[in-house]
Amino acid sequence: MSFINYSTREINCKIVYYGPGLCGKTTNLQYIYKKTAPEQKGKLISLATETERTLFFDFLPLALGDIKGFKVRFHLYTVPGQVFYAASRKLILKGVDGVVFVADSQIERMDANIESLEDLRINLAEYGYDLEMLPFTMQYNKRDLPNIVPVEEMNRVLNPNNVPYYEAVATVGKGVFETLKDIGKQILKELKKNY
Amino acid sequence: MPEFVMYEDAFRRIDEELRRLYQLSNAKLVFLVDKNGQLIASVGETRNIDTTALASLTAGNIAATGGIAKLLGQKEFSILFHEGERDNIHISLVANRVILVVVFDQRSSLGLVRLRVKRSSQVLEQVFQEMDRMKPEEKTTKELSPFADITDEDIEKLFG
Ligand SMILES: Nc1nc2c(ncn2[C@@H]2O[C@H](COP(=O)(O)OP(=O)(O)OP(=O)(O)O)[C@@H](O)[C@H]2O)c(=O)[nH]1
Ligand SMILES: [Mg+2]
Repeated sequence: MSFINYSTREINCKIVYYGPGLCGKTTNLQYIYKKTAPEQKGKLISLATETERTLFFDFLPLALGDIKGFKVRFHLYTVPGQVFYAASRKLILKGVDGVVFVADSQIERMDANIESLEDLRINLAEYGYDLEMLPFTMQYNKRDLPNIVPVEEMNRVLNPNNVPYYEAVATVGKGVFETLKDIGKQILKELKKNY
Repeated sequence: MPEFVMYEDAFRRIDEELRRLYQLSNAKLVFLVDKNGQLIASVGETRNIDTTALASLTAGNIAATGGIAKLLGQKEFSILFHEGERDNIHISLVANRVILVVVFDQRSSLGLVRLRVKRSSQVLEQVFQEMDRMKPEEKTTKELSPFADITDEDIEKLFG
């Protein structure tokens, strides 16, 4: 749920990075944080375990610029991907304006991708959202590894509706900003449509 | 997707009430957050504090305890209180949709904060109820939405 404040002339939108454990959601936010100018970002907050697995969420506020005199802010969140954090994962989705699904391209993680995507669909439905209606972008991450599934196969299995998808290597930033731009644009276009 | 729209007039009334609460409760910091973690307004010693992060963490906190309440089969906890070495924090739900946070130290007391929060909550609740009751045409005539004449080009430009 975007928040439009006419008094402070701000528009806030919430983007959630979703996906199975260790797929690279936190790495996306870390890279964005590293590469954004200081005046465009707030602190990167990570609620993580001692082994750097996301425990509740990561949070990064971005202010990329103005549209028609309104400051546009994106609040980026990641969910904890590990299966047993299901309850926390659902809480983070509340009020989401757009979702990035980060898939792990490794062959042995395809089942985890499918399961996580199904989990996303169910959780959204419980808030009354329909994934098909929501701004949604796919990221196929870890394309640098040797044992990966071809993109056509990833699309066939994970992306039947043909939403925009990006190949990525989040650790070095490949595809990271392309993914962010895509979801950001989709969200703003959706807002526009509603007026 | 529903949007949460805040107009000048409602914002001014909210801001006024937060200022009153800030003064009357001797607080260090008072702020209001929506349940999704977006900061609505803040008053007090905010200069050295990252209020955006604070807002997101507060909402996370409420969401987590709300989840716990649900598991226990009861309604959301409407008040949370954390006692710190120096500062204390009082968190309460207003109108079941926004979160009111008061940070205070030994210059104030829990009793005083509780009392003032209760009074302010009633005022804030009123503002939100009136916002909800506003008819659609009242909303749109007030000011043109920034999205009314936004172009794809504007959107492209934002992302450089
Ligand atoms: N080789 C390779 N490793 C990656 C890539 N992206 C992330 N990683 C690594 O994968 C591991 C997990 O990354 P995280 O970003 O913490 O994963 P996550 O999705 O946040 O995991 P959870 O918090 O448990 O849900 C880290 O060691 C990253 O360095 C990639 O594109 N290629
Ligand atoms: Mg993580």
